[in-house]
Amino acid sequence: MTYTAWIILTAALVGLSCGLIGVFLILRKQAMMADAISHTVLLGIVLAYMVTQQLSGTAMLVGGILAGILTAFLVQMLNSLKVQHDASLGIVFTTLFAIGVILISTSVGNVHLDVKHALMGEITFIPFTTVSLPIIGDIPRATALLAIVLLIVIFFIVAFYKEWKITSFDPALAASIGIPVLLLHYVFMTLVSVTTVASFDAVGAILVVAMLITPAAAAYLWTDKLIVMLLLSGSFGVLAAIVGYWIATWLDTSISGSMAFATGLIFLISFLLSPKHGLVSRWMKPSEIVEHSS
Amino acid sequence: MWSTLLHSNTMWVLLSTAILGIAAGVIGCLAYWKKQNLMSDALSHAALPGVVIAFLIIGEKNLLLLVLGAATSALLGAFLVQWITGSSRITEDTAMGMVLSVFYGVGVMLLSIANRSAGGNQSGLDSFIYGQAAAMVRSDVVTMIVLAGIVIFIVFIGFKEWKLYLFDASFAKGIGMSIRGMNALYTLVLVTTIVIGIQAVGVILMAAMLIIPAVSARYWTHSFRYMILLSATFGGISGAVGSWISSTGSGLPTGPFIVVASAIFFIGSLLFGKEKGIIIRYIQFKIQQRNSNSILAIKDGDAS
Repeated sequence: MTYTAWIILTAALVGLSCGLIGVFLILRKQAMMADAISHTVLLGIVLAYMVTQQLSGTAMLVGGILAGILTAFLVQMLNSLKVQHDASLGIVFTTLFAIGVILISTSVGNVHLDVKHALMGEITFIPFTTVSLPIIGDIPRATALLAIVLLIVIFFIVAFYKEWKITSFDPALAASIGIPVLLLHYVFMTLVSVTTVASFDAVGAILVVAMLITPAAAAYLWTDKLIVMLLLSGSFGVLAAIVGYWIATWLDTSISGSMAFATGLIFLISFLLSPKHGLVSRWMKPSEIVEHSS
Repeated sequence: MWSTLLHSNTMWVLLSTAILGIAAGVIGCLAYWKKQNLMSDALSHAALPGVVIAFLIIGEKNLLLLVLGAATSALLGAFLVQWITGSSRITEDTAMGMVLSVFYGVGVMLLSIANRSAGGNQSGLDSFIYGQAAAMVRSDVVTMIVLAGIVIFIVFIGFKEWKLYLFDASFAKGIGMSIRGMNALYTLVLVTTIVIGIQAVGVILMAAMLIIPAVSARYWTHSFRYMILLSATFGGISGAVGSWISSTGSGLPTGPFIVVASAIFFIGSLLFGKEKGIIIRYIQFKIQQRNSNSILAIKDGDAS
């Protein structure tokens, strides 16, 4: 495959996994948790590097996932000590991120790992590091990793579909019928961390937030059905990846930035034009709104 | 150690981060009671495209103009969050997450265009994003101190009005205060604090300077007045300590050290805080337990 094809494929995989995960982030009202985890994953990656002294994919993945879970745990803990939820989120992620930046600038020094790279991602370099797989042949490491992560995400969504549905829409009911809500919360946070770490190389810490939240928010304006929302959100993610790449080559600018911009465009179109919740349709049929809201 | 401290530029930087910390501590208390802690995170990211556009237009790094650009795009972000939340079923945190990441993405796009066209002269811009107080020159420092001073002044001059606005909006409306006007003023001081802070601590860590001192102060007092004073103290000391540490070595980033310093204040407050601290609560729990035990013992004594 050509260079461009690999980059688009990788971006599309990011879009698809993030789009699927994002649906549950939004329904569980934890959109900002994505922001928090995407920042603290940096600390996990730095620590993994300091322990193993190498930038191997596995160590980074494990470090990033552990940091994500630690974030979720600390936020939960502060919250149980009666700190407002959003305040505890803000305290935890900024502090862990600050420690990560200090470690990078003092001890890790001038390795391949730098803050700028971690924040903005560099999808252009993805095709350079490859792994050999049986049958398929040489493929970029990040692409392989993202493909595996996508399979994991799909597996968890399909296997526990009913549980996700109930815990997302009605956690009280879920708890009362014996679904382990807290355990599912941590499983979900692990999935968010896995997706974030895997997307890190490609789109960087902050733009992964765009891929996680925005396509799902756009999909939320089109439908009331969970399964449709999942399909739409995943497709929006892939669409954003392709459109973003196209914009980036057209303007000769950052690919990950353009992808985030593309998610914004998709949301804007949905916000204005979606038949159910769009501004234009509400303006056209105001009577129906009154009926709905009453 | 004293030689670096007395070095004039370091002194100026220290002064400016201390005043920034005070301003952020004060405004953070307002944000805390508005329950908008993460709004500051969203707005500081949303400021990025404005900074870069301002840079692309004027072609040089002038703090006041960059601040104007930052403020414009942060205000646009704040407006979008409100508009999206108000006119669709998207919740506030989702809207914030979107504004934060999409604006940042646009900022990154523009930044790489700026890098190409402006002859690579964007070192000043880089420090704007990641924060490097040491890179500030005297005029930057003066701009920062003046703006932070105005913000602090606005909160103190209208202290009674702020209190009413935050704690009893309907009463405030009743006595003829304009809630809309107060909202606008609140957004304005919040955005101003954020954009002047970005230069010193960077886009990402600005939120910490607003959130952490306010929450720490909450552990020591129930009074809004003392909460603001304490939060300002915590913020000011963290700012000074953080930039002092970063001035002791080369390449030590200022923002992260300020954040870690204020995190230490937070942990201290969480443990020892007079009002809701863990240790006080534990002792109160033990005393209560002993009291109820002794009451039980007396009852037992009566029975026998």
